[in-house]
Amino acid sequence: MSREVIAAAIRGAHGFVEEAEAKLAEAVQAKGEDQKVEFPDTAFYLPMVYALMGLEVKTVADLKPVLARCRELLPAEPAKELWLPYLGDGLDAGIATLLALETTCALRYMNGEPVEEGCTGFISDTIQRELGIQLVDGRMPGFAAILGPAPANEIALHTVRELQKRSILTFLLCGRNGTSMKDQLIAEGVELGWDTYIVPVGRDTQSAIYVLNWAVRAALTFGGHKKGEWKKCLDYTRARTFAFGITFGPIPDDWYAVGAGAIVMGFPVISDHESTPEVRPTGVTTYEALVRQTDPDQIVPTCIEVRGVKVKVEEIDIPVSYSPAFEGERVRREDMHVQFGGKYSRAVELLESAELDEVNDGDVTVKGKDFDQVEEGGAVDLAIHVRVAGRKMKSDFEGILERQIHRYCNEAMGFMHTGQRHQIWCRFSKEAVKAGFRLKHIGTILHAKLHDEYGGIVDKVAVTVTTEPEEVTALIDHAKPIWTARDERVAGMTDESVDTFYSCTLCQSFAPNHVCIITPERLGLCGAYNWLDGQAAYEINPTGCNQPVPKGKCIDPVLGEWENVNKFVHEHSNGSVDRFSAYSLMQNPMTSCGCFECILAIVPEANGVMIVNREYPGDTPIGMPFSTLAGSVGGGAQTPGFVGVGRLYLASRKFISAEGGLPRLTWMPKELKEYMRERLEKRAKVIGMEGLVDKIADETIATTSEQLLEHLTKVDHPALKMDPLL
Amino acid sequence: MKTPKQRSVDPATVAMLEAAASKGLAVAWDRQEAMEPQCGFGQLGICCRNCTMGPCRIDPFGEGPAAGICGADADIIAARNLVRMIAGGAAAHSDHGRDIAHTLLMAAEDEKCDYQVKDEAKLRALAEELGVKADGKDLRQIARAVAEIAFGQFGQQHGEVVFAARAPADQQKRWQRARVMPRGVDREIVEIMHRTHIGVDNDPVNIILQGVRASLGDGWGGSMIATDLSDVLFRTPEWVRGRANLGVLEPANVNIIVHGHEPTLSEMIVAAAQDKEMVELAKSQGAKGITLSGICCTANEILMRHGIPVAGNFLQQELAVTTGVVDAMIVDVQCIFPALGALSQKFHTKFISTSPKAKFPFAEHIEFEESRALEIAKRIVRAAIENFPNRKTEPCVPGHSNPLVAGFTAENIYAMLGGRYRPSYRPLNDAIMSGRLRGVAGVVGCNNPKHRHDYGHTEMTKELIRNDVLVAVTGCTAVADAKAGLMCPEAAMEYAGRGLQEVCRAVGAPPVLHLGSCVDNSRILVVLSNMVKEGGLGESIADLPVAGAAPEWMSEKAVSIGFYVVASGVFTVLGEPLPVQGAPRVTRFVCEDMEELFGGKFAFEADPIKAARLMIDHIDAKRSALHLPGPMYEVPYAPRTAVEEARAAE
Repeated sequence: MSREVIAAAIRGAHGFVEEAEAKLAEAVQAKGEDQKVEFPDTAFYLPMVYALMGLEVKTVADLKPVLARCRELLPAEPAKELWLPYLGDGLDAGIATLLALETTCALRYMNGEPVEEGCTGFISDTIQRELGIQLVDGRMPGFAAILGPAPANEIALHTVRELQKRSILTFLLCGRNGTSMKDQLIAEGVELGWDTYIVPVGRDTQSAIYVLNWAVRAALTFGGHKKGEWKKCLDYTRARTFAFGITFGPIPDDWYAVGAGAIVMGFPVISDHESTPEVRPTGVTTYEALVRQTDPDQIVPTCIEVRGVKVKVEEIDIPVSYSPAFEGERVRREDMHVQFGGKYSRAVELLESAELDEVNDGDVTVKGKDFDQVEEGGAVDLAIHVRVAGRKMKSDFEGILERQIHRYCNEAMGFMHTGQRHQIWCRFSKEAVKAGFRLKHIGTILHAKLHDEYGGIVDKVAVTVTTEPEEVTALIDHAKPIWTARDERVAGMTDESVDTFYSCTLCQSFAPNHVCIITPERLGLCGAYNWLDGQAAYEINPTGCNQPVPKGKCIDPVLGEWENVNKFVHEHSNGSVDRFSAYSLMQNPMTSCGCFECILAIVPEANGVMIVNREYPGDTPIGMPFSTLAGSVGGGAQTPGFVGVGRLYLASRKFISAEGGLPRLTWMPKELKEYMRERLEKRAKVIGMEGLVDKIADETIATTSEQLLEHLTKVDHPALKMDPLL
Repeated sequence: MKTPKQRSVDPATVAMLEAAASKGLAVAWDRQEAMEPQCGFGQLGICCRNCTMGPCRIDPFGEGPAAGICGADADIIAARNLVRMIAGGAAAHSDHGRDIAHTLLMAAEDEKCDYQVKDEAKLRALAEELGVKADGKDLRQIARAVAEIAFGQFGQQHGEVVFAARAPADQQKRWQRARVMPRGVDREIVEIMHRTHIGVDNDPVNIILQGVRASLGDGWGGSMIATDLSDVLFRTPEWVRGRANLGVLEPANVNIIVHGHEPTLSEMIVAAAQDKEMVELAKSQGAKGITLSGICCTANEILMRHGIPVAGNFLQQELAVTTGVVDAMIVDVQCIFPALGALSQKFHTKFISTSPKAKFPFAEHIEFEESRALEIAKRIVRAAIENFPNRKTEPCVPGHSNPLVAGFTAENIYAMLGGRYRPSYRPLNDAIMSGRLRGVAGVVGCNNPKHRHDYGHTEMTKELIRNDVLVAVTGCTAVADAKAGLMCPEAAMEYAGRGLQEVCRAVGAPPVLHLGSCVDNSRILVVLSNMVKEGGLGESIADLPVAGAAPEWMSEKAVSIGFYVVASGVFTVLGEPLPVQGAPRVTRFVCEDMEELFGGKFAFEADPIKAARLMIDHIDAKRSALHLPGPMYEVPYAPRTAVEEARAAE
């Protein structure tokens, strides 16, 4: 079947190359070889040619080697029987198509041939920068190119609305029989343009190059790849540009050729037509390459799945919108109907596993006062207790699933959730409560999402949500030993005792270059994933965000630097981080995403460090509260002297051991100190520094560096006598 | 006596066995039956002729002698015999590699040489890999430097053979730990002969580890050099169409068969047979043209590079002569029956030997010299043509031959899966990781008249592919599968499971990939290393969901191959057991203990379906160790764990 697809793509490619050759010959004749050729407002010449061939096309003559390359690439159609392997030929035809289309379209600009009214034609670098950054950082989850008019106006409307709902940018291309999707949407009164995320590009197939050479510029602009680095550019577009094509109606040869070009870039194509053969094996594209979906309602969901776009909108039966777009949404005090936790009341969440017959799937039990029964602006206790069961469920997975509650809750509009375990803080907006959002909907969300994302291990989910204070107390008491047990599981393990660490790239949607390396003695910076969780997460999903990282040869045991870890971090940080030290704050420290439980920062005056946790709102001796510090630490950059950490790392043998470890700690918020006291005292005893914990200042002692220094001198804090940090 | 159909599953072979019987001609199968019962001591590996105090033999039933005259027990004797087989096999492959290296050196030194570098890109890639700086050197100088390094590998006395660095680091570490990293190609073979001399190495495990070392010197040394330098001289194969089986012989044409192993001879015969002058000469002798075809691995070499048809595999060599239309059977080295001499006398066929290393009864010897290659090749072809009018029997050519696609290499898999801009093994690894492909199997080896001809190869291959295991083949397996039609791309639709079908459809490849001759098993090693490098399937070859098999093996070369494959981390099933079963410790070492050291081990299973399932079980176990899901689609032989789970649920 694929043979027909590739045969068609190759025929289409021949057509495009011939067209470009004729147009070039005509240009040479009419304007001469020295005539200037360029697209408007771009520093990348002909971006596709620039990325794939490294050529800066400035004149008509410069186009000759481009078309010569097309000729070299153009294969013959595969034989009808006893064919030779054709996939490579099909992809080569795709490249030839991209180069030929760009040539043709550049010559159109040279000739001053007009772009259709209301269409963008070539997309400028300015728009590339503005919208591209959103695509790369995940605010815009992806973009779609739609070829052809839909079979009916309603389907056109439905499709773009579904894409809009998911914040996916949509390009419209290719008319058929005198009509196009642009015409259909205008007839339906849809507003088109960059603001509405629905952008008509051109009526013909050739205009597809404008979308694709826009996409390839992401690799040059945001990926930092150079001209001619074709492999890196194409790997980048596949890995990081979440684009896909949708075709309506039977696919003609020239669309197949463009499709082959898209597929080489890693963009799959979804066809609504029954005649389209599928190409399902993966590898060129991340998931399937060419997929058929004849049900108009399912087209967009299929696209999302096939491209692996990180948006999932399931039908979750709640009265407010639900989408990852709302993940970062804050509910401000004046918009708030009610809150739970933070410093206003107690709130706790726990997920634990049970036997299959102990859980009745879908049960949502609500106890205590619901939203409409509490005073507006008030604070109430809350406990969320999730019980899951499944044939493949293991208690090792509990921590991982529990950690998802945060994300699942946040994705509901008007529901803000931060923290974990008994440190959660939730707010519900007035609007959400007015729309009918109630406690039971928390259960609805968790039930749906756990099934959706962890269906492989979870067969049954039941949720109890309660605001009864006694029940909340009971759950906290019940949960504490469970959490301790989870934390202690790794307690006996050392970094030396394993030869593999685990990565976590869960947060790359926010911080595309951030990679967490989780070792037995250093948990993830969010504080919720330890080494065993990494191992379990890998077991649940071997292709997911937690990958084993074999340490390889040790480069420096003190800094905690290993050959393979460096290699892994380099690769997965998009080349932005070359070296990584697990145990140092000062030399190549770990990057931070934004989810860190605490921030560890150097206090130069004290020759030591301080730590501040997310919950602590006040000032710190280095003059910045957590929120200000977070701004400069996050984002996936290495910032020596500043690093995000999980709180339990403080008590680790490897806590900034390259800089001397725990004796460097000079200041921490009181609440954190009390929480960690027992563990820290134990550690202090091991290193022969009993009493150290009491020498560490907190906000009751110092909030400025002067006060801090005074205190440290008074208590004879060991940091003062250690080797200079700087 | 077995009937022809009991002797072979190949219709052309069956037809020719009937024809041979009717003419009263005895072939290998007849001689094998006449040999029954074959010597039990030999089969069990417990007779020793290494000194003249003997021969000694151990009584396997424990009633007679338990030790030889020197005191060697069954394990010592079997281990010594086994590693001497490895020495023979490794020597054969490596001598082949040495000849190719010699030819490259000649080509580099003499611009008038009939051999020249045909694959500049591969030469340059090799030069870079071997640390030969290209700066300012012309192609000839680079070729010379590469040839010298390759040549040097054979006599190297210390260090490590250079291509061992191609293996994943983890695999190399295993070799270093077990102290079996080969220092040079020849040295390890010599050391086998020393250690197995009376009164030297008498620890069976220590003896076998030296065998492992010599075999690695073959796989990652001699054979790999043979493959790579052949690619440089004669060009790296590309996908090519061909046909296989005796039906490719054309009664109206002059039929020349090349049989043996080394491409130096066959490449020149190809050139000579296509020479206009020769074609005209053939016509002047009353023939329509010239049909060149091959038998054994020479056939594979010229199929892979030129699409020259394959007349048959190992056990068909006598049957080819029996057709009465073979005007010359030209041979060089390895796997050539001395019986061909007497048989040729009964027909008009000229039996021409060419190698000073390999002379045969009743053969006409035209010695092949690389320095006058084309001239001698033409002389040989001319002799064949001039023999055309001497045909004396009615042609008896069976009408069977099947089309095929061949020409797969470790290099062109990149382009096959990604074209020129996305060259990658990713789609292969992805397919395995997702369960669309369950794994990959290498099926290789000879024919053996003890086993029904081609049955083991084809049935095993079919069982594997219908269970979504992609199969890579070389040598006589490749010819068997080609004859059975398994090597056309259309075969995927007929024989493969749904997952493999999807992959074949997407890529346009057959479900069975022909990687070349038996020295080209080195290509399989590189493919496996590339899969590890691509990522997602573990850190060493031993982690990969792959398995190997030689269902009908018979030669010492196969023993060497088996050992280097197992020591490279691949579980390998042999259709014919190694001659060690009279020695319990040796048997345990090769079938169990080797796994801990190297990640691979042997199993013996004559039934190809059962053997295929052992391979699949192993593949499934590796999948689960990698936390990979089960097969994506329902497969006829479900994962055993699933079967057990279902049973437990009942």
